[in-house]
Amino acid sequence: DSSPLQRLPCLDAGHFLHTGSQAPQNLAAHLDNQVPVESPRAVSRTSESDPAKHGEQHEGQHYNIPLQDLKAVFPHGLPPRFVMQVKTFNEACLMVRKPALELLHYLKNTNFAHPAVRYVLYGEKGTGKTLSLCHIIHFCAKQDWLILHIPDAHLWVKNCRNLLQSTYNKQRLDQPLEASIWLKNFKTANERFLSQIKVQEKYVWNKRESTEKGSPLGEVVEQGITRVRNATDAVGIVLKELKRQSSSGIFHLLVAVDGVNALWGRTTLKREDKSPIAPEELALIYNLRKMVKNDWHGGAIVLTLSQTGSVFKPRKAFLPQELLGKEGFDTLDPFIPILVSNYNPKEFESCIQYYLENNWLQHEKAHTEDGKKELLFLSNTNPGQLERLCAYL
Amino acid sequence: MWKGGEDGKPPRKAGRREPRLGPHSWILRLRHTTVVSTKKNIAALRRETYTLDFIKKQIEEFNIGKRHLANMMGEDPETFTQEDIDRAIAYLFPSGLFEKRARPIMKHPEQIFPKQRAIQWGEDGRPFHFLFYTGKPSYYSLMHEAYGKILDVEKHQNQLRAQGLFSEKTKTKDLIGSRWLIKEELEEILVEKLSDQDYAQFIRLLERLLTLQRGGAEEEFVQRFRRSVTIQSKKQLIEPVQYDEQGMAFSRSEGRRKSAEAEAVVYAHGSGRVSVNGTDYLLYFPVTQDREQLMFPFHFLDRLGKHDVACTVSGGGRAAQAGAIRLAVARALCTLVTEEEVEWMRQAGLLTADLRVRERKKPGQEGARRKFTWKKR
Repeated sequence: DSSPLQRLPCLDAGHFLHTGSQAPQNLAAHLDNQVPVESPRAVSRTSESDPAKHGEQHEGQHYNIPLQDLKAVFPHGLPPRFVMQVKTFNEACLMVRKPALELLHYLKNTNFAHPAVRYVLYGEKGTGKTLSLCHIIHFCAKQDWLILHIPDAHLWVKNCRNLLQSTYNKQRLDQPLEASIWLKNFKTANERFLSQIKVQEKYVWNKRESTEKGSPLGEVVEQGITRVRNATDAVGIVLKELKRQSSSGIFHLLVAVDGVNALWGRTTLKREDKSPIAPEELALIYNLRKMVKNDWHGGAIVLTLSQTGSVFKPRKAFLPQELLGKEGFDTLDPFIPILVSNYNPKEFESCIQYYLENNWLQHEKAHTEDGKKELLFLSNTNPGQLERLCAYL
Repeated sequence: MWKGGEDGKPPRKAGRREPRLGPHSWILRLRHTTVVSTKKNIAALRRETYTLDFIKKQIEEFNIGKRHLANMMGEDPETFTQEDIDRAIAYLFPSGLFEKRARPIMKHPEQIFPKQRAIQWGEDGRPFHFLFYTGKPSYYSLMHEAYGKILDVEKHQNQLRAQGLFSEKTKTKDLIGSRWLIKEELEEILVEKLSDQDYAQFIRLLERLLTLQRGGAEEEFVQRFRRSVTIQSKKQLIEPVQYDEQGMAFSRSEGRRKSAEAEAVVYAHGSGRVSVNGTDYLLYFPVTQDREQLMFPFHFLDRLGKHDVACTVSGGGRAAQAGAIRLAVARALCTLVTEEEVEWMRQAGLLTADLRVRERKKPGQEGARRKFTWKKR
């Protein structure tokens, strides 16, 4: 509904030709008087902003996400370069691509009585795994699922300054900062659920504070945010409760983890005596691992492998076997692997058109066929490379 | 100071008798005259002149030596050319010196000994050439000759015009493919130093001669001073004709840059996929600059998406490997492309191997060029 309104300020008069299928709106009436589009160039935009209705015909086209939705659904999930692009263009457009469509199809046909199915998005660096994940999350948010989104699991296994000994379990280590940040974002993303879901156990934080049984989950989250020392435990409780209650059918749970190969592998963290820490000893990782196991039902688990932030992994590794290691692979087995590959010619064309519409490519040769061929060769149709290249133009 | 002899006079060199008048006084007088006549030759003897006899002797020795060498190598002395001599010397005296000019050579004495002017005056001291006192007799005589020819041609033209048989046709000889002699070459021919203005004046005279209508003799005179330029210097490249394998036409060639060696196989019909050492070029060269290097040959010929490449590369660093592959790809593309485009590539510098190698560090300096910090005290 708000998409044509929001799109109009961005488009120049000359670019009306690029609009795709128009929904019948009163504002769109005078647009329809323009020459109907039969341009040989690929149509780069679609007005269908509900991911649920995306189908094969929308493949390669960009759809718009309203900016308020963006803040609500993705407080922390988008890759930083995409955030910059959104800020520059003043609109958030994601491309509809085949892996995402495939996943949407599976998700639409999930049987919530069966244990949660694990989908693993894998592919070479820069092919669009994280953005496909964001597409899925947007879909699930529209469908009113509860989204448990960990934007980058690698952030939890490296560069952590303060590690505390866990209050819950003496052998494990807490990460108060990361946990509290995540809780804040989780709250923004799932406000409406926090009051609905009730805690099923009593949790004692310390001598003075405790959460009673039956109180809303929001209280646990508040406790974690205000008392940073207990943040990790709060995260653990949230995960446990959600897992238990997702089977009840009040809500559907989507567990989305980006960079899941961080859960099994090595960390760069060391204790004071310089001995390395294994991932299991971090409470956050331990709880997350429990989450990713498919012993609950009522939702789905979508995971992404990522080499970019990973520690101690070679640059060219992208297959699940290489990045997860034996332990991770065995834990995640069985899963449905979905390969995210480079752009095909139609998608590439669409991406270039999108940039041209937003006047992002200032080079005079960018419109020409030769320029497009050059960009194709230089980026080898890799979306990440193309974006970086176009940034210079 | 010399030691005082018995007489108190300076000691005399041995062998020189005191000038005393006596029965041998005429001999002494003759000696004086010979001393006087050789004084004029001292000017010529100051430079290391090789006398004509000396040069002739050297030539004879060279010829005899050539025959000996031919016998040694088991070849026919009659048909033993200079190239054979060079090969024989290189075989008999192998040298590891880098400077080619320092290696042993055996060439005709005319090429070894610098050309010198014969003594230009006679016994009486009178010079042979009428322009001797200009200082550059051969140059001025040449100018005189050229100007004389110009005057002759103009006189001939005037006669024709007077008779009415003058025809305006100017046959322009094809001047492309030849160039005027350079100053050094002219100096070598004339065996005397010229200045730039002299040279320019001479060339202007010759060009003026060219503009007039000239006959065969003048043509020959002018052609003596033109050298041919190597025809477009593109004949250096030898391209193996493309060969087929499994029905696909491809061409293979190598390239090198700074200790990186690459071998590229370019398929004539493809979709623009490039694989380096088995992996995709996007993964092998994460830096955009290297991929731009790979793109350059194709982009230059406007054949971006039309060829597939499979190459192997080893050695060197990241940029060196990219440069090596680029050279190999350009050379391979020569077979699949028209001659004109090959010439364009050559002029663009795609086919020239880059000779720059890391310069050696010298002792007494910190690097190849950088000196140690200079401290005043």
